[in-house]
Amino acid sequence: MNVGWLEACLLLSAALFCLGLATALARGNAIMVLVGVELMLNAANLNFIAFWRWGPQPDATTGPIFVLFALAVAAAEAAVGLALVVALHRHRRSVKLQEARTLRG
Amino acid sequence: MFTLLGFVVIAVVLLGSAAFAVTRLNLIHAGLAFALTWLAVGAFYLWAGAEFVGLAQILVYVGAVSMVILFAVLLTQVRSAATSLPINLDDERRLGAGLITAGSAFGLLGAAILTGRPAAPAAPDRSLTAQELGTALMGPHVVALLVIGVLLTAVLIGAVLIAAPTDPEIVEDGP
Repeated sequence: MNVGWLEACLLLSAALFCLGLATALARGNAIMVLVGVELMLNAANLNFIAFWRWGPQPDATTGPIFVLFALAVAAAEAAVGLALVVALHRHRRSVKLQEARTLRG
Repeated sequence: MFTLLGFVVIAVVLLGSAAFAVTRLNLIHAGLAFALTWLAVGAFYLWAGAEFVGLAQILVYVGAVSMVILFAVLLTQVRSAATSLPINLDDERRLGAGLITAGSAFGLLGAAILTGRPAAPAAPDRSLTAQELGTALMGPHVVALLVIGVLLTAVLIGAVLIAAPTDPEIVEDGP
C-alpha cells in the first residue's frame, strides 16, 4: 500500500467532505448547514483537480473546466440559500431549521 | 521536498481552519475561519498547477461568498442569542448522529481510497495556461458558458425577490 500524491489529495478531500457532512447534519443553524454544503462542494472540486493533475488521462482540460462551472453554480447556490435564510428570519424571527416546520409563510 | 512541505502546510491549514469553524458557536468567528478554509482550497489549486482556477476560487469564495455569509449572519443575528445558543437534548442527539455518520463516511472513503487500484503514472509536469482554458471554454464548452450566464442572471433576480420585503410598509424592527 503506497500512498502517492493522488491518494493523499483524495484523503484530504475526503476529510473536508466529512467535516462538511458533520456540519450539515449536526448544526441547527441554517447558515451553518449551507456552509457545510459548500464545504462538501469544495471537496468535490478538490477531487476534480487531483484527478486532472495525477490521473491517467493526459491532455484533458475537463477537470479545471468542471471546477470553474461548479464554482459559478456554488456561488449562485450560496446567494439563493442565504436569501432564503434572510426571508426565513423575517417570517419566523429565527434561523433554526428545527423551528421551520410548516410551508405556510 | 518543497512540494511535500507545501502539501502538508495546505492540508493542516485547510482541515484546521475548517474544524475550528464548524465548532464555533459564534457565527462571525466561524465565517472568518471559513474564509481561511476557502483560501487554503485556492492555495491547493495553485499548488496543484491550476493557477486560473485557484485565483477564481479566491475571488469567488474568499471575496464574495464569505462576505455574503457574514452579511447574512449580521442580518439574522438576534441580540439575546448572539453568542451562546443553549444546547438541549435534541441538539446533542443530532450532534452524535452527525458525528457518527461523518466518521463512518470517512472510514468508508479512506478504506476505498487506500485499497483501490493504483492509478496509472501521470504526466510529470502538467499545467494549464489561461489561453488553453479560454480556448476550451469558447470552443467545446461554449453552450455551458452561456447557460451559466443565464443561470447567474436568474439567480440574481431570484435572490433579490426572495430576500426583499414583500410589503413595503413592513420595516424591519431592529433586535
